[in-house]
Amino acid sequence: MKRINNPQELEKVREEILGSRDPDKPCITICSGTGCHAFGCEKVTESFRAELRKQALEERIYIRTTGCHGFCEKGPLVVINPQKIFYQRVTPEDTGEIIAETLLKNNIIERLLYTHPQTGEKIVKEENVPFYKGQMRIIFGNNGKIDPTKIEDYIAIGGYKALSKVLRELSPPEIIDIIKNSGLRGRGGGGFPAGVKWESCRNAPGDKHYVICNADEGDPGAYMDRSLLEGNPHSVLEGMMIGAYAIGSDEGYIYVRNEYPLAVRNVGIAIDQLRECGLLGENILDTGFNFDIKVNRGGGAFVCGESTALMASLEGQAGEPRAKHIHTVESGLWEEPTNLNNVETWANVPLIINEGVDWYTDIGTENSKGTKIFSLVGKVNNTGLVEVPMGITIREIVYDIGGGIPGDGKFKAIQTGGPSGGCIPESLIDIQVDFDKLTEVGSMMGSGGMIVMDDKTCMVDTAKYFLNFLKDESCGKCTTCRDGTRRMYELVDAITRGEGKEGDIELLEELSWVVSEASLCALGQTAPNPVLSTIRYFTDEYEAHIKDKRCPAGVCKDLITYSIDEEKCTACGKCKKVCPSDAITGEKKVPHIIDTEKCIRCGACITECKFDAIEVA
Amino acid sequence: MITFTIDGFEVEGEKGQNVLQVALDNGFDIPHLCYHEALKPYGACRLCQVEVTKGGRTRLTTSCNYPVLEGISVQTNTEKTTRARKMVIELLLARCPGVPIIKDLAKEYSVGEPRFKVDNDDCILCGLCERVCREVVGVDAITFLGRGSDRKVGPPLEINPKTCIACGACVYICPTNCIKLEETESERTIVRWERTLPMKKCKACGRSFAPWFQLEYFGKITDGIPADFWDKCVDCR
Repeated sequence: MKRINNPQELEKVREEILGSRDPDKPCITICSGTGCHAFGCEKVTESFRAELRKQALEERIYIRTTGCHGFCEKGPLVVINPQKIFYQRVTPEDTGEIIAETLLKNNIIERLLYTHPQTGEKIVKEENVPFYKGQMRIIFGNNGKIDPTKIEDYIAIGGYKALSKVLRELSPPEIIDIIKNSGLRGRGGGGFPAGVKWESCRNAPGDKHYVICNADEGDPGAYMDRSLLEGNPHSVLEGMMIGAYAIGSDEGYIYVRNEYPLAVRNVGIAIDQLRECGLLGENILDTGFNFDIKVNRGGGAFVCGESTALMASLEGQAGEPRAKHIHTVESGLWEEPTNLNNVETWANVPLIINEGVDWYTDIGTENSKGTKIFSLVGKVNNTGLVEVPMGITIREIVYDIGGGIPGDGKFKAIQTGGPSGGCIPESLIDIQVDFDKLTEVGSMMGSGGMIVMDDKTCMVDTAKYFLNFLKDESCGKCTTCRDGTRRMYELVDAITRGEGKEGDIELLEELSWVVSEASLCALGQTAPNPVLSTIRYFTDEYEAHIKDKRCPAGVCKDLITYSIDEEKCTACGKCKKVCPSDAITGEKKVPHIIDTEKCIRCGACITECKFDAIEVA
Repeated sequence: MITFTIDGFEVEGEKGQNVLQVALDNGFDIPHLCYHEALKPYGACRLCQVEVTKGGRTRLTTSCNYPVLEGISVQTNTEKTTRARKMVIELLLARCPGVPIIKDLAKEYSVGEPRFKVDNDDCILCGLCERVCREVVGVDAITFLGRGSDRKVGPPLEINPKTCIACGACVYICPTNCIKLEETESERTIVRWERTLPMKKCKACGRSFAPWFQLEYFGKITDGIPADFWDKCVDCR
């Protein structure tokens, strides 16, 4: 990319790129996000390239490898443009046929289409797939349109227009006013108004001001920031640049987990491209604005997603939080005013500048504007990343977009907000998802994890899972978080083993109060949420474990026994073969028996039995 | 001067001071384990909880790292502070049931047998040893290791700390007395860090008084002190 010296040159470059591209030229778009990589998209891409070479079609058909499209459940995903034909579960063996039939003859390959699980209808176009239909993909949708390693692609869809606009037309306080008026709240978990934060940072005295992008996404099952940074790094960088200009900063950092190699690579490529064309560095677009960004890879501690721990880690110290009585906007990185926002927050900024406050504030609820990207995982048909307007109900997310619960399972709860979030029961499935409502019902937005649970999920076991995570990921600095989460884990663990005592629930509640009130950082302050929310909505399940020594969901191994229903058993012997502890005996034509002493309750027989004869009680 | 109130009494502090410091200077009793006036506040033990009212909003917070601010009102002894302190003490007692200072606190706050599984540790991870070694002595011989419930203090990589001068500052500052110092005529050992260093004899009286390595280090970091100053013991200087 040649150097872009001023706003006029940026527009010229944009025209040149668009002029060199034929919008009607067929394009094979292959999702190369992390999920599709796991499904083998690289081989699919290679195969497409080889086929095009073989058939001498390289000049006539584009291939574009993009970031994550979101529908990870059905990867590898391929979209044929401009018709937007959506193929799922594509294998290298399908590529020849796709080129021959769809690209050359415009024939649809039925086999590769998405089938509506309820109606059985085959759906041709991406936008008509229910998973996408219910979404509002204003941030994440661009992932499917660009190759994240090509700055030309980002410029072609209007990239750096917002930056050019603010540098030319707006003063820093005017930009801050726009962000304040847009109602943008931090997407990293806290939900703090971004514009207010920017203003405090700008007004804080200091020799230097820093901006940071927090890409230390560590919630189990959450990967929206990862996919945004992988799939559209320039949108995040443009947001940071606008923020830096508004705040008066000339140096930015991206703190990204080292476990996200593709994100690290793509954002690194994007920064190199920006430096090469002069959009990072000195006198950007001839406006006197100087700014550069460095990438720092995190070592994988969950607590480093906490802003003060992140800054300590950036400084080269152990990633431990400090008290925030003096805010980081006043004294953050190297004790200078520092503005930290997460990946998704930064990516919202160019959009707000381009589309305007009125457009943006039309989306969402009164106090939560815009959209939110969630990672929808767990017992749901359509696993993936979904972007929805604030205010959408949980029911719409789980059923309309997520396609409901697999098999004959029943929705039981949804866990939102990562390990420090809470479980929301079925009775609240129609609440509107926004920052305040989720907090009100005892959970939180967090960075956007959503784990769907069905009736085979034990809520005490769920609380134990998150406590185990938190006790390991607590930095260990303060007594209440370090020892408090460990003691909570021990108590809940004992309950799941049938060793719960009268008074344990009250003790857990008392401990929770102290851990949340007296811990040093947000990790500890929110750590009791998984316990408190499950006690609040599923007390009877705790009581069944404690008083009746029974796990109603049939999960806690010490509280369940396996047996075989004589009526249903056909004595096929399959369960006997898979049992790893030789607990099943029985001759041909005689119903089999499980020795409960030997049985380790692994569930292998349940999976194997075609006759539903294994009973768990 | 910054004026604020503690339990209704007007007190004064200076910018940069914290609430605990001013409270202790004025004779208020706030229990604390990880705070020391010579060190930067750390906020680890969570015992020095107070309620601070600022701008009409009251919150529970640790006083050791809360900066003194004009007009705030601090309550050192409320239902909430007691409730939080009691649980902190119970957690510490379950961790270190044999440590006298924790047992005394438990008695003072009427905390009975811990309702948790009892460990047999002797360190409360207050970090005073680590901070005194880094901030005051400046040799960084010990550090925190591991995280979460695996956290402990020890020499980096848990191997013999080569920078430890066996000065004993960690021994002196430890509130639970879990860092022991053993000394003979010829050697001094910091037992917990497994560090043994030979002793130097006083040029004047011949009594062995400090490790050679420690005195060399002091010589290096101090200016304007006569060359033979570190050759003599405290009594003979």
